[in-house]
Amino acid sequence: MKKIIALVLALIMVFALCACGGAPVAEAPAEDSSAADSSAAEAPAGENVVKIGVFEPLTGDSGAGGKQEYLGMQYANYLTPTVEIGGVEYTVQLVPADNASSADRSPTAAAQLVSEGVSVVLGTYGSSAAIAAGPTFESAQIPAIGVTCTNPQVTAGNDYYFRICFLDPFQGTVLANYAFEQLGATKAYLLGELGNEYDNGLLNYFEEAFTGLGGTVTKDNFPQNNSDFTSYLNKAQSEGADVIFCPVSIAYSTQIVALAKDMGLTTPILGSDTLDNNTVLEAAQGSSVDLRVSTFYADGANPEFDAGFKEFINSSSENLTNNGGNDNIAAVSVMGYDAYYVALEALKAAGSIDSTAVQAALWDVQYEGVTGNIAFDDVNGDAVRDTAFIKIADTANNTWVSGGSQQVAG
Amino acid sequence: MSAVTLEKKSKKGSALAFLGVLAVLVLVIVLENTLNPNKNIIVFTALKKGAVYALVAASMNLLNGFTGLFSLGQAGFMLLGGYTFGILTIPVAQRDSVYYIFDGSAINFSITEAMQNLFGGSGVGGAVGFVLGAIIALICAGLVAAFFAWLIGLPVLKLKSDYLAIATLGFAEIIRAIFQWEALGRVTNGANALKNFPTLASFNITNAEGEIVLRLSTFVAFAISGICIWLIVLLINSSYGRAFKAIREDEVAAEAMGINLAKHKRMSFIISSFFAGIGGALLAMFMNQVQAKTFTSTMTYEILLIVVLGGIGSISGSTIAAFLYMACSEWWLRFLDVPTSFKTAGGYWAFVIVLALAAVGITALLVLRRRKAGARKFSEMWSACVLGVVILGYDIYYYASATAKVPFLNSGFRMVVFSVIIMVVVLFFRKGLFGDKELSDVFRRLGRTKKAAPAEAEGGAAK
Amino acid sequence: MQFAVSILLSGISVGGQYALIAIGYTMVYGILRLINFAHGDVFMTAGLILVYAAASMPLYISVPLMIMAIAALGFCIERVAYKPLRSAPRMSVMISAIGVSFLIQNFATYYTGGLPQSYPRLPFLSESVIIYGTSTKWVTIVTPFLVLALVVLLQILINKTKIGLAMRAAAKDFETCQLMGIKINSVISFTFVIGSTLAAIGSLLYFTNYTQIVPLSGSMPGLKAFVAAVFGGIGSIPGAVIGAFIIGICENIIKGTSFTVFSDAFTFALLIIILVLKPTGLFGEKVTDKV
Repeated sequence: MKKIIALVLALIMVFALCACGGAPVAEAPAEDSSAADSSAAEAPAGENVVKIGVFEPLTGDSGAGGKQEYLGMQYANYLTPTVEIGGVEYTVQLVPADNASSADRSPTAAAQLVSEGVSVVLGTYGSSAAIAAGPTFESAQIPAIGVTCTNPQVTAGNDYYFRICFLDPFQGTVLANYAFEQLGATKAYLLGELGNEYDNGLLNYFEEAFTGLGGTVTKDNFPQNNSDFTSYLNKAQSEGADVIFCPVSIAYSTQIVALAKDMGLTTPILGSDTLDNNTVLEAAQGSSVDLRVSTFYADGANPEFDAGFKEFINSSSENLTNNGGNDNIAAVSVMGYDAYYVALEALKAAGSIDSTAVQAALWDVQYEGVTGNIAFDDVNGDAVRDTAFIKIADTANNTWVSGGSQQVAG
Repeated sequence: MSAVTLEKKSKKGSALAFLGVLAVLVLVIVLENTLNPNKNIIVFTALKKGAVYALVAASMNLLNGFTGLFSLGQAGFMLLGGYTFGILTIPVAQRDSVYYIFDGSAINFSITEAMQNLFGGSGVGGAVGFVLGAIIALICAGLVAAFFAWLIGLPVLKLKSDYLAIATLGFAEIIRAIFQWEALGRVTNGANALKNFPTLASFNITNAEGEIVLRLSTFVAFAISGICIWLIVLLINSSYGRAFKAIREDEVAAEAMGINLAKHKRMSFIISSFFAGIGGALLAMFMNQVQAKTFTSTMTYEILLIVVLGGIGSISGSTIAAFLYMACSEWWLRFLDVPTSFKTAGGYWAFVIVLALAAVGITALLVLRRRKAGARKFSEMWSACVLGVVILGYDIYYYASATAKVPFLNSGFRMVVFSVIIMVVVLFFRKGLFGDKELSDVFRRLGRTKKAAPAEAEGGAAK
Repeated sequence: MQFAVSILLSGISVGGQYALIAIGYTMVYGILRLINFAHGDVFMTAGLILVYAAASMPLYISVPLMIMAIAALGFCIERVAYKPLRSAPRMSVMISAIGVSFLIQNFATYYTGGLPQSYPRLPFLSESVIIYGTSTKWVTIVTPFLVLALVVLLQILINKTKIGLAMRAAAKDFETCQLMGIKINSVISFTFVIGSTLAAIGSLLYFTNYTQIVPLSGSMPGLKAFVAAVFGGIGSIPGAVIGAFIIGICENIIKGTSFTVFSDAFTFALLIIILVLKPTGLFGEKVTDKV
């Protein structure tokens, strides 16, 4: 009997939440909710609504990056909440689904978006989740626009996955050239997370390009959930490396940078787009760490955008937390912002909210975004990009300064 | 229980299980082809994942529930199965693009392609060849896992309970590290994912224009998992199965009865790993890719929770729990991740009132438990009220703050609610859904009560 | 030379931190025969609580507050999740432990929003010092001494006090000691409080070195600490400490070679070897199974 009461109570609790959360939506969102909420909340009924799926990791290893990317989309949605498709005004509704940074949860998160009837999907941060979800989108014939998934395998052989960022081979080569030519390094220490295809892909391309230029490298992998980097940095130091290349995820890079700060390491630390993050920057604050990262967008390239976005971040405490506690602009946010407008362009060009029409239209979309001109090649639907920006941490003022741009022919 | 009734029970049980599986398979084909594929994709995705986990949970139950060997190596064997399947079936033409970091694969051979060619390239022959190839690859996946189980079993099966658990957990971690090792990159693709191998969607039948004529992806997951579970049931009801159960109940007595402990333990371990390997291959087909970092100890814990929720020692329990678990965590509770506001005053008030009622109810329940346990004084009772008071306090605070935002809803809340549900089940329903009963036992009881007078049936149910 | 010193130093410091977690495992296992899978997550929670506490109050208040909160957490976990299952099979209790671990991790993910949290700088411990030309933090030097001091205190507690006597009795024979009038529940609660307190102190040392906390931060150190406890002979406190130091040092030596891939795998390989050769661990007592 007691057990039955317990079960009934537990069920009441759950269903109370269900009933409230899932209750059909008839009225406009409450006025006091913040901008972030109104974008996530459902749009007023009776109007035309076009749904854009946000397929991002909001928890898990890449949660921080995923949230920043989503923040950019929310800002874009806040600025441009409607779009005119085929002469009719549509309200854009962002539908988020959390893929928890993991491959085995990605197909269900993707299926969730498909069953919500989204016209186009944005995301994701982290390539392995994108690879796992690709076939789901493909079979449902819904186009996905990868924002910062840089692995070549995301779009290869999948006509429904597009992406607006550069690829790993490009980034690895760019950074190797930068290390060799600009930093004058001949010996590099490469450090990546064991079992992470992003890290190891970049390390391989870096190694290839760097040894091709005449440099030598030492390569190491640390195990997942490792939190002790002392031996690795000591090894780099004792081997006399001129540059440390560690394109690892935010949580690890913060630890590495913090450790470098404590050890008083002056060897330049070179990172990829993941290190372009406020938590990493803060870890280096007030030290002599020489941190350089390659990224999609140079801070300050578009002051108008920067000012507006900073205002948006500061407008609610939730946004501020999701951005890592300060209002520095992460490149992934800007990419998320651009991805949103690319999706709108595609919807306009398609003239309908039918996902297959959007897919057909995406191939020819041209958009002048904050991060530069965006267009897709006709092989895989990858962005045509030939420039990466280098940013250097200004540890005294806790901001990034531009280190110029780097190009690779072809 | 005498041997005669056992024999009878097993025959009836396996026949019922077989019929049940058959009915479910037919239903799945019909539903998948009649319902709107895009609108209901979440249903079928959850079902596919449920089917995969049902198989893996059943295989773990064979070991943990029926033989009493507490092993936590399931994720490792799934990894072996998934990788074997991937390595054996990636089309040769795709190998260079998959192994792009290592300049191609060391193994340039694909079982599915070879079988397709054997049966005449394309058309019906090609389809038959493809299916045969996939089956061979699945069996290979199981065999590789079984081989490693044999190898690992040599040293560790001598260990007792917790030690065995931690040693197998360790082995799973070691296997993961080996598959991520760059030196084996030309075979395992190092840290990179293997992809482009046949997935569940490859079994959909398409016409010449590439349009899907008959959707079979969910059916295939159900069929493979169903056949394997059926085999497990057959094994459990055989004389070997009885030996396993004897070992579980009392090792010394079992040995005295002439059961070879080492042999039967090894056998159970190897067979369980064989099916875990097939489960891993299925999971790879579900995920459309396979990557070592997916197969962590968290995955093993999840499977273990499914086994416990369903009932240790009940295959039907594991199967049903797997579907419920996946539906809850991946589908029904997903709305908890999205911040929303109350849209109507009714919803708002319902929430406030239900929360208050829940607070009172929980307090009453806990106090009642204490009183039954013999507590009378306030000093013995106060701690039972804490939870209720906290909930009530929050309810009042929420009401006073006058916001329409639904509290708590945010990314990650789904998993919190989910783990609370698991804890409630673990603490209050210790035996899980089925205990050590099977679905056929439940049917039989129902059948018996139907024959009896209605009044008697009521009496039986109340017991 | 410099490289060797640095490896040895970080090995000793990691080993000391594992030791503090391992004691919690070994004491609980000694009495309840339960692998407390949630212990690693309690350790992680200790880190998170200090992050949030230090944001609003000075360290000399927040650190003791954190230690008390973690002791209370250990107490609550035992009362809510393990005590009701006292008569249940051991597997149920272990599942309950896994459930608690799930709950803590998921709650931490929810509360932190999945964002890594930076650990506050502790005065003195976080400052750098140079030994044999290798730069390291003071915490590295302090750890082994602090661990030794705590272990000596703990041994005195166990061997000289009344509650210690009760704990030893409970570990020896659970049922008989109930018959002898020992309040077994308070002994078990006390064990959990001590284990959690040590884990909280361990978290102070550990996160000072490795400053980012994510919800999974506790699981690997927890697992390794358990391996250390088994390695040293479960139930034996000196065994757990020595096992932890051996594992910490070995792990760091491997990280210094070109086989870094296998640094975790090696820990488990070591465990399996010791289990096969000497199932009771290095210092474990020979137990005869009661049949």
